[in-house]
Amino acid sequence: MSAALLIDILLWGSVAAVGYLAYLRGRVVLTTSLREGTMDFINIVPRIGLGVIGSGYIAAVIPQEIITGWLGPDSGWLGVLTAVIAGAATPGGPVVGFSIGAVALKAGGGAPQVVAYVIAWALFAFQRVLLWEIPFMPARFVWFRAAVSVPFPFVAAAIAMAIGKP
Amino acid sequence: MSELPLKDPAPADDAADAEPRPGHIRKPVGWSMITIAVLVAVSVVLVWRRDGVNGVLEILTHDLTLFGGILPRVLAGCLLGAFIAEILPHEKVSRSLGPSSGLKGLLIGTAFGAILPGGPFTAYPVASALLTVGADFGATISMVVSWTLIGYGRAVAWELPIMGTDFTLWRIVISLPLPVLAGALGRFVYVRMYPKDTPE
Repeated sequence: MSAALLIDILLWGSVAAVGYLAYLRGRVVLTTSLREGTMDFINIVPRIGLGVIGSGYIAAVIPQEIITGWLGPDSGWLGVLTAVIAGAATPGGPVVGFSIGAVALKAGGGAPQVVAYVIAWALFAFQRVLLWEIPFMPARFVWFRAAVSVPFPFVAAAIAMAIGKP
Repeated sequence: MSELPLKDPAPADDAADAEPRPGHIRKPVGWSMITIAVLVAVSVVLVWRRDGVNGVLEILTHDLTLFGGILPRVLAGCLLGAFIAEILPHEKVSRSLGPSSGLKGLLIGTAFGAILPGGPFTAYPVASALLTVGADFGATISMVVSWTLIGYGRAVAWELPIMGTDFTLWRIVISLPLPVLAGALGRFVYVRMYPKDTPE
């Protein structure tokens, strides 16, 4: 069984479960939320469309070699800073992000820098923010969330340096 | 609902109930969308100058296929968000995830983000639903950051096989405190930036 199929089963299973809970509250609750969910979907499709199609083009103008270059064996806090920028600028999905991290580890990148890279990528990867977070969340929340997240790749690198792991 | 909380010591709740409930997805076109559209237009021109029309069309067909594949999951995410917004009791949510929920609210947000199944198509609609039913920015930030950093989905499917067990486990251990810290920082900054938005 493929991972995608498993995800879809889990996903629609959860929808059915909460849908049933809504039905237990009464038929009106069920139909209201069905209608609201469908309206949300209709409103969000153009945004997701712009995100999917747009981030493909943005990714195409950011060559991967540049990202890998920023993650060189440069150690210390400057290395952490470039790793954070590289993480935010990495195009593509999880395979690309983690593969770049793995290459950097093998090529002699420091563990704290790679930790900072992976965490910055998880927090800021522009493709996920454009494609998912901005369409679904209030704009004020997205900018706020991103802004308060800025210190944390550095905190993670500091913890990694302090405990000497991984 | 409005006759119940007579003994409730938080009169601010009444004012919140009187306001029309904000739909969690509003205007289809906002400044973020315009900025993105401009960025995309510039990138399309750059791709066109580098690879010609074929390059532009190749990306377009690839992304349209991707878009078609994603749509059913987006629908599922939207339905999930709408059901959750409808069945979660608002007073309970604003008590346990609201601005005055304290450390416990941040911990609940973190736990919720860590166990949420699915991908971005569930995490963001559900986070948006939580905001709608009374969670504050702090708890919601904890949830979103926890989903990206310690959610098991991506770690098991991608990080473990590509980065190896040792790196992944330590990376997660290092990440454990971050969602709570991010939520606490978010709450700290929020009450200072938007003092009139917060009750009390």
